[in-house]
Amino acid sequence: MFHIYCPYCEELREEEEFHPKGQAHIARPEEPDACSDEEWGDYLFFRDNPRGIHHEMWLHAVGCRKFFNITRNTVSYEILETYKMGEQPTVGAEHLAREEKTSSVQAAEGGQQTVGASDAALASVKGAQA
Amino acid sequence: MSQTASQSNRLTQGGQADRTQTLTFTFNGRSYTGHPGDTLASALLANGVDLVNRSFKYSRPRGIVAAGAEEPNAVVQLGATEATQVPNVRATQQALYDGLVACSTNGWPDAQRDIMRWVGKLGSPFMPPGFYYKTFMAPASMWMTYEKYIRKTAGLGHSPTQPDPDIYDHMHRHCDLLVVGAGPAGLSAALAAARAGARVILADEQETMGGSLLDTRETLDDQPAAQWLKTTLAALAKHDNVTLLPRTTAHGYHDHHFVTLHERRTEHLGDSAPSQAGHRQSRSRLHRVRAGQVILATGAHERPLVYANNDVPGNLLAGAVSTYIRRYGVVPGQKLVLSTSNDHAYRAALDWQEAGREVAAIVDARTAPEGDLVAQAKAAGIRVITGSAVIEAKGAQRVSAARVAAIDVDAFTVTEKVETLECDTIASSGGYSPVIHLASHTGARPVWSDDIIGFVPTTVAGVTATGGAHGVYPLGEVLADGVEAGVNAATALGFDATVNDADLPRVASRHEGPACALFQVPHEKTTLRAPKQFVDLQNDVTAGAIEVATLEGFESIEHVKRYTAMGFGTDQGKLGNINGMAVAARCLGQSIPETGTTVFRPNYTPVTFGAVVGRHCRELFDPKRYTPMQAWHVAQGAEFEDVGQWKRPWYYPRKRTDGGIESMAEAVARECRAVREGVGILDASTLGKIDIQGPDAREFLGRIYTNKWQKLAPGRVRYGLMCGDDGMVMDDGTTSCLAENHFLMTTTTGNAAPVLEWLELWHQTEWPELEVYFNSVTDHWATMTVTGPEARNLLTELTDIDLDREAFKFMDWREGHVAGVPARMFRISFTGELAFEINVQAHYAMHVWEALFARGEAFDLTPYGTETMHVLRAEKGFIIVGQDTDGSVTPEDLGMYWAIGYDKPFPWVGKRALTRSDTRREGRKHLVGLKPKDASVVLEEGAPIVFDPKHAIPMPMAGHVTSSYYSPTLESGFALAVVKGGHQRMGESVYLPMADGRVHEAEIVGTQFVDPKGERQHV
Amino acid sequence: MSNSIHVYDARADHATVNAESPLAYSFQSSGMPAPGEEGRAVVGERAFLGHLILRGGAIVLDEALREVLGIGLPGRPNSLTVDADGQRSVQWLSPDEWLLIVPGDETFGLETRLRAHLGGSHVAIVDVSAGQTLIELTGEAAHEVLMKSTVYDVDPHEFTVGKGVTTIFAKTSVILRRPDESRWELIVRRSFADYVYRWLLDAGEEYGIGVARESRHEPQ
Repeated sequence: MFHIYCPYCEELREEEEFHPKGQAHIARPEEPDACSDEEWGDYLFFRDNPRGIHHEMWLHAVGCRKFFNITRNTVSYEILETYKMGEQPTVGAEHLAREEKTSSVQAAEGGQQTVGASDAALASVKGAQA
Repeated sequence: MSQTASQSNRLTQGGQADRTQTLTFTFNGRSYTGHPGDTLASALLANGVDLVNRSFKYSRPRGIVAAGAEEPNAVVQLGATEATQVPNVRATQQALYDGLVACSTNGWPDAQRDIMRWVGKLGSPFMPPGFYYKTFMAPASMWMTYEKYIRKTAGLGHSPTQPDPDIYDHMHRHCDLLVVGAGPAGLSAALAAARAGARVILADEQETMGGSLLDTRETLDDQPAAQWLKTTLAALAKHDNVTLLPRTTAHGYHDHHFVTLHERRTEHLGDSAPSQAGHRQSRSRLHRVRAGQVILATGAHERPLVYANNDVPGNLLAGAVSTYIRRYGVVPGQKLVLSTSNDHAYRAALDWQEAGREVAAIVDARTAPEGDLVAQAKAAGIRVITGSAVIEAKGAQRVSAARVAAIDVDAFTVTEKVETLECDTIASSGGYSPVIHLASHTGARPVWSDDIIGFVPTTVAGVTATGGAHGVYPLGEVLADGVEAGVNAATALGFDATVNDADLPRVASRHEGPACALFQVPHEKTTLRAPKQFVDLQNDVTAGAIEVATLEGFESIEHVKRYTAMGFGTDQGKLGNINGMAVAARCLGQSIPETGTTVFRPNYTPVTFGAVVGRHCRELFDPKRYTPMQAWHVAQGAEFEDVGQWKRPWYYPRKRTDGGIESMAEAVARECRAVREGVGILDASTLGKIDIQGPDAREFLGRIYTNKWQKLAPGRVRYGLMCGDDGMVMDDGTTSCLAENHFLMTTTTGNAAPVLEWLELWHQTEWPELEVYFNSVTDHWATMTVTGPEARNLLTELTDIDLDREAFKFMDWREGHVAGVPARMFRISFTGELAFEINVQAHYAMHVWEALFARGEAFDLTPYGTETMHVLRAEKGFIIVGQDTDGSVTPEDLGMYWAIGYDKPFPWVGKRALTRSDTRREGRKHLVGLKPKDASVVLEEGAPIVFDPKHAIPMPMAGHVTSSYYSPTLESGFALAVVKGGHQRMGESVYLPMADGRVHEAEIVGTQFVDPKGERQHV
Repeated sequence: MSNSIHVYDARADHATVNAESPLAYSFQSSGMPAPGEEGRAVVGERAFLGHLILRGGAIVLDEALREVLGIGLPGRPNSLTVDADGQRSVQWLSPDEWLLIVPGDETFGLETRLRAHLGGSHVAIVDVSAGQTLIELTGEAAHEVLMKSTVYDVDPHEFTVGKGVTTIFAKTSVILRRPDESRWELIVRRSFADYVYRWLLDAGEEYGIGVARESRHEPQ
């Protein structure tokens, strides 16, 4: 059960009031008719599924009925920020790399899975930088 | 029968049991007595009941081991009547009440005479680890048969077969700080935070708050601990920002400090919740808590030592022995041997001796124990055998002796000759494991600490473990740790809090020597040959089984756990997990941290389904949405159909002339004929209605609908089709132009909310520049459809609207009055007949409805329900989105080319997808009509369609039936269906092979069965 | 402007037309238990009020409201303003949406005057009077009844007077607000009103909940 800060209501509200709407910042192509089938298919059907930082669109369905965006860590479920429609996120994948580095000593003792998590996060950052 | 005689193990004084009152209870059919303050377990021990269960797999006799939530054996079935049965109740957590009835869950036919006993006697050769996997896997089809008997012998308790007389409820709570556990750490933390002004909830799972203070030998400010406990609880109760929840288990820690608490409100009072001041109260309550910060003060569970036959009744945890003596005034035996790896457990022997019973010996694994408690024991004349351990218990139904030997812990060997000590009780302690379950629910992995020989939790931000829960055990340090946790949490929450040492009670410091890391005790024989050494008592997992698992190649602790069933079930590894890991580590030649740990998942202890469900059951299970005419429908005897949460009249059965009640088919036939020949009326209030205002309303409609809206004039209505951007039909309905910048959109009943959300999605995320607002007016307007050739004649006298066919054309709307009520009237038709849809404010719906019927008597005005509506619309080929479409159907598949604005300037939603290769391909399924060759056949909805019924199975599917009814007008069955390439196959035959072997033949026809030219609606 | 929106007075003459409030059916089918002597929890319906949804920019709507109604928009999200005699209120629902509640017979006049003041501004005013109703909840245990019903924090120290939110109520949604110290108000959709009423009676049973006698849903 998430506790989500609605940027329009300006307070934390219970997850039951919200609907998740998938990956954020999927813009509809300006000229659909100029898109190839593949481009249009990408827009319609293909979404990222990252381990780590993810920007998601949510709707405050039982509340102000406004759509907004969330930056969320899909491993820890921590919500790092919420922002209004039309705004850009301030937290990206590099944020996670910093966090993981500082906690990696502790995480290493925790067992294989936690170590794996930090490796994946670092790898995804490397991918983003490349 | 004198009470003291029956409670042979009850001390004459000491403990909280109120000896002035006697409670009678029944266990396994026998009657016993106990006192208020007892748990079922303490009362059973007081009565000398050794055998409380048979074990899960080997059916071995088992007794009470622990005094709290970690109890693995005394899991009982509770309830005096069938309706009040509760399985899986821990006797150690169940308060005794007068008339309590309980029995063992395991053991068939009963715990004393168990026919599975031979299995336990013959033992492991017959039931190795993985026994169930290996034995019952083949043939797979037989598992269902095996399972029935396995379950019966395993005896997991049974759920009641009669309705529960009790109710359960939920409460949503919010707090700054949730403190879980009201022992010394939790109490200190809660008080410190409360004093700083924080809103605090303090929850504790036991009958009485206090935790270890309830049985400690230590003093606070030179007073018994009970005194400080009383003062502290009183201080907490005085704060109105503190909520105290005793008998409340925090059983699940979920995301973002959302914690679920299970409060047993009346389970200490009786079988069923008594009413309170004449009002019904819930038996238990689930608190759904959202906290700002959480402090876990859940304490530690003592680890038993793993030695041979350590499951025979009379083997207890050392701490449990102290608890029973000091808290309940019960000594669970006559003669004790204590086997320990640490100082703290010595108090069990001291308590035992002070209770006037004999201590045969303390057997300490350490070669030179040196703490204060050791000195006390020696001073009390208790024999202390060092460098040794109990390696085996003797006895069948009860311990009769302990075999003691010197051991080498590091070499894992017995080093000297064995001595046999007669006793009836063996208490053991292998140290303490912090209760890290809740911390582990957060996803944080525990880490091993050599200092405390146990796992300590890591925590996520905002969660703090304090006291025993993170390995701080000496009382003075626990209290200080709790205060610090409370102050830190309050500070983090923005309160002004400081640690004031003067607030801390004085605790005499006590020297404890270092403990040694002993888990499984060596035996003269190898682990595989020695008598069973149990690791997990509830799931019958032995050290030998774990060794076998590692020999069979299971190296990951997660796999060992699953292969052996260690830590399964309601136990969740409270006593056994660390010992099991230690055994696995030894076998694999690794350290415990290298072996890893398993995480725990909710629930910490079982929660009843009743509490999970709360009041969301029966009549309150789901909202029932009613139209304003509901009372009328009920009075007319309508049968109702669920459409989403709406209750819609399905059909209105009337009395037949022979006195019987019409069947559905009869009622529907009559209702259909009324509409086609006379006049009928439908309550259509459930249709979604969206008010659209703004200068860009028209532009918006053009982008969201597939068809054109530029030229729709005020006063006119148009059918609209809505697609997703994937080109698939998602909704339809009519939209009326109320004024140049003002439209009223209708949606299907089920899609009212999704369509509004859809409009908002596009407006808010793609086209915020368009000046338009959408508002739901579904509930504001009641809608009644008056339809049939006589509709105009009926309405003329009730309205001031000119109903002339030229003045008020098909697909027009007008405003005026109906029965004196302001109304909008829409000339739209879902039946193909002349039809007027009347919208009035819902307050006046019943007034207008009844006026229509008063006037309608002369016309035999017939109310019709959703079934008739479906038949009539299907006869006209009007689709129902979600029935004739399924998210894979385009407007072109439906043949609705007339509703597609190919040349609209804006690339409307769904347009681009209509030219994707997949939507352009040959052989897509098209909506067509089906006419069964045999007119009496009503095809099954969903029935698969094939072109060649003689094709070998599996036959290639050509489509399926989407809607099918009997038409009283056609006097024939008819259907709508989607068929591959159907639009090009008019007149061809298709076949519908049914499960019973029959094959129906049907002809592909157009979708309009009645009045294909659509003349009747224009009259 | 006047003919670009269809402004329509659909309120009937309550003297000649039988009006039924959203809870009329519930009172009949679930009954109206009398409140316990202590009156720890009491529900009642305030039927036939005028409910208007206002959409648009805060500045223009605030000006028009002050002019026409004498009260402005609440300044903060999740709050409401109430006029001096407590009969008229404006509640924030979203950054461009407010709920106006006034005596029923003022509804159409208010809409007309507001539109006149707003001139050509891009706003929407929607009458939803018959689509929802206002349920009052009073008594010392009122907030406990709400704790059993809504995920929102209704601790009276947190949910202070003047606050109002749209939130979950059991398995539906309500607008929940606190116009003064002693009263909670639930604004519920008409089709869900029966469910909310039955839920409240059930949740309040342990507090001896009852229905205020004045809830007779006669026209005002």
